[in-house]
Amino acid sequence: MTASSAISSQRTGPKQALTLADVSKTFSVEQQTITALNQVSCTITPQKVTGLIGPDGAGKTTLMRLCSGLLTPESGEICALGIDVVAQPLQVQASVGYMPQRFGLYEDLSVLENLDLYADLQGVALTARAERYDQLLSMAGLEKFRSRLAGRLSGGMKQKLGLVCTLVRPPRLLLLDEPTVGVDPVSRRELWEIVYHLVEAEGMTVLLSTAYLDEAERCAEVILIHQGRILGHKTPQEFSDQVAGRTWMVRADSLGKRSLQKQISHDPEVLDALVMGKAIRVVSHDTSPLQLTQLAQETKVEITAAAPRFEDYFVATLKEEHSNGNGNGEIALAQVGSKQSDDQVITVDNLVRQFGDFYAVNHVSFHVHHGEIFGLLGANGAGKTTTFRMLCGLLPISSGTCTVAGMNLRTAAAAARARIGYMAQKFSLYENLSVMQNLKFFSSAYGLGGARRQRQIDWAIETFDLHDFISAESQSLPLGYKQRLALAVALMHEPEVLFLDEPTSGVDPLARREFWVQINSLADQGVTVLVTTHFMEEAEYCDRLVIMAEGKVLAEGTPESMKESFERDGQEATMEDAFIGLLEANTAKRSDA
Amino acid sequence: MRPGRLMRLKGMMRKEWLQVIRDPSSIAIAFFLPILLLVIFGYGVSLDAQDVRIGIVVEQRDQPSLSFVGGFEQTPYFHPSTFLSIQEAETALRAAEIDGIVWVRQTFGSDYLTGQSPPIGLIVNGVDANTARLIQGYVQGIWGSWLEQQAELRGGELTPPVQLEQRIWYNPEVRSTDFLVPGVLAVIMTLIGALLTALVIAREWERGTMEALLVSRISAPEILVGKLIPYFILGMGGLLISLAMASFLFHVPMRGSLWLLLTTSALFLWVALGMGFFISTVFKSQFVAALVAMVSTFLPAFILSGFIFDIRSMPDLVQWLTHLIAARYYVSILQTLFLVGNVWSVILPNSAALVLMGLFFHGIVYRKTHKKLE
Repeated sequence: MTASSAISSQRTGPKQALTLADVSKTFSVEQQTITALNQVSCTITPQKVTGLIGPDGAGKTTLMRLCSGLLTPESGEICALGIDVVAQPLQVQASVGYMPQRFGLYEDLSVLENLDLYADLQGVALTARAERYDQLLSMAGLEKFRSRLAGRLSGGMKQKLGLVCTLVRPPRLLLLDEPTVGVDPVSRRELWEIVYHLVEAEGMTVLLSTAYLDEAERCAEVILIHQGRILGHKTPQEFSDQVAGRTWMVRADSLGKRSLQKQISHDPEVLDALVMGKAIRVVSHDTSPLQLTQLAQETKVEITAAAPRFEDYFVATLKEEHSNGNGNGEIALAQVGSKQSDDQVITVDNLVRQFGDFYAVNHVSFHVHHGEIFGLLGANGAGKTTTFRMLCGLLPISSGTCTVAGMNLRTAAAAARARIGYMAQKFSLYENLSVMQNLKFFSSAYGLGGARRQRQIDWAIETFDLHDFISAESQSLPLGYKQRLALAVALMHEPEVLFLDEPTSGVDPLARREFWVQINSLADQGVTVLVTTHFMEEAEYCDRLVIMAEGKVLAEGTPESMKESFERDGQEATMEDAFIGLLEANTAKRSDA
Repeated sequence: MRPGRLMRLKGMMRKEWLQVIRDPSSIAIAFFLPILLLVIFGYGVSLDAQDVRIGIVVEQRDQPSLSFVGGFEQTPYFHPSTFLSIQEAETALRAAEIDGIVWVRQTFGSDYLTGQSPPIGLIVNGVDANTARLIQGYVQGIWGSWLEQQAELRGGELTPPVQLEQRIWYNPEVRSTDFLVPGVLAVIMTLIGALLTALVIAREWERGTMEALLVSRISAPEILVGKLIPYFILGMGGLLISLAMASFLFHVPMRGSLWLLLTTSALFLWVALGMGFFISTVFKSQFVAALVAMVSTFLPAFILSGFIFDIRSMPDLVQWLTHLIAARYYVSILQTLFLVGNVWSVILPNSAALVLMGLFFHGIVYRKTHKKLE
């Protein structure tokens, strides 16, 4: 084989931590061939953190699995630490550390037992263990939890333990597949600190995939991957320099941020407009100064140039690559919701949900007004989904009251449910039914019949631009269209209140932007929206929100009011700063008590 | 042995043990289910008929009629109740208050005394064919012994043209417990072996732990052996409990050698584990794996192993099919070892079949298990 000669010439140089040459990989799913990676070539610089960044389905996980020898490429060569991965996968697995997306912690084993298992499997000498364990556990802040079952750790702690288990025998090359997904900001920051520490202290080479664009800037180099191809491999700075002069912050105090964003995004100069704090962040098509001529004359706007970020480049590149058919993505309800008023549509008072002696939701109270977008922000396990399920009447309430659209859920759950639209985390579509069959089924499940049913189905197809997919099986839809279909289904019975449980989890940044345009337009038409998310920047879209941790509400208010208290030196704080600040204050308070 | 292999195997086995200990469902399948099944089959299910509720209609209460009917009072098989007319008895039979009617007509006594052979009416509820046949046999037995008795009383001897002398070997009392309990052992071993392993590997896939195992240094055969040994021990533990219950609680005789029993059981357990591994390499969700294990190993062990239903009375096609059921061979071995003794002509061919099946399943699993995700 030619591979062996190529390998021998590359052996032992510190420059070859990981190289891929013309690697292609296809999967066949029900007679369809999907190209996951197409002629991918790259070289990972040793002793640095390289980020593998791309939307969902770009081929990140496939690339990681190929590099760890779990998959075999159709063509091309992969060489890790001087070993041919295709020919000698076992040798690679003995020297490379790989943490899969869902790391295999045994939930019924304790922290220490998990470590012991992976130390046995990786052949760590018994004498070296105590010291290595101490070092790793203190790095991850898990010393106090040695004998706790892994299943009873928080999401962030589990992820850190997964990383620690991967590192129990220090590898020279570390592959991390989306290690920070779904992890709260505090744990995310800690995970990054561990990664930095490894690169510095142990000279490890790290390849890390992520769908969080803000993490690109934490990497030394970034590989941008999209639809199985590498679009670029540069430092984050070099990426963002390519959109230099095209990024702006726009403020108009007389307009609400959502309506300002809506108006700006219609402007032909504008490629992307994103709510950010009190301002709108704009990426324009070219470097000429932003005019925003379409805005009404009397609107006083303040336009300042902003430093480009990796995200700007990412969105600009991908938006230019494929613009989607449905214009701006706004949706119009067939019947515009009832009059704007200050009625409280959702009231939650001292809501409690106990599982045994564990309080999943602990005396939570908040009120949501008509036509508001209200957010529940928190890490995994904070109690968001449990609160949600009680509000939808899916889970009995232990104590406290909550009403939705004026109906008490303890006494009239069914009636309240008829006025609620619910979109679950995993979309809850029938994957092997076609789009039309799904629409027909859900419309009858919601009790629509006759002409009204037909009208609503037509409306859904029209509004969500589903014409091309009418007879396609739902599972074959692109993720963005799946989400549209799920939203269409949730809206068909014209609910007054829309519940969205982690609607953007696992969805790429472009689809997330489109989704928020849709949600904003719904709120404008009088639909009350309650949404949970763990994306901090999405909190910016909410009119008001609560931040939850350990089943309790830490803070309630507008995004601005929350950030104000964490401003430092006049610098506007981000939602993430506010979240981390609140969480740390809470931990401090608890340890005082 | 490759360096570190022992450490990896030990780590893997310790992990499996900890999981078994902390997961109540494994313990339940390995220990409580055997006890439950044995109690049900040992006490609850009996293919013998006892205390059959039988209605007796005696139209003329003369000496011969009464002495014949008296025979029903003395056996443990019947629980007779007397009716005055056949109509009453039939009503009771329809209402399922009794399972059969013995009808002694008005003319029975006088006919008998005048040397004729008077008929007796017997009506049996045939809904449960097994019980119906048993009742028929018992009634005939009582009739026969009554005739003998009468002949003796008269000083003569009854001389039927052919005398049938019945001897039932190995299980002279025809206690169904004695052959059911060894059969249940086969079902229990199938359950522990196949169901438990099918579940535990599928669970690794479902929870995403398999991917982490695959990228560690452990090799595919090491994963298999590391799982095989703990569940083998668990299965043998279940077996010992079941054996103890069979001897001490149900007093099933143990005529063959215990060592031979343990060896052949270990062999069968190895086959069952192979089937479980095979299922779990094909089906990676716990739900599907459990269903497939139930339908393809557990139910056949019940129905097609010959433990309840005699294989020779099955249609040819089904008989042929039973050769694919490992439990069939094990049931033969078990019933022989418990009730007959070390009959090598039964044990050797059946063991050979088990070895072949085990090699087949483990061979496929070994070939199909590799450290890849596709």
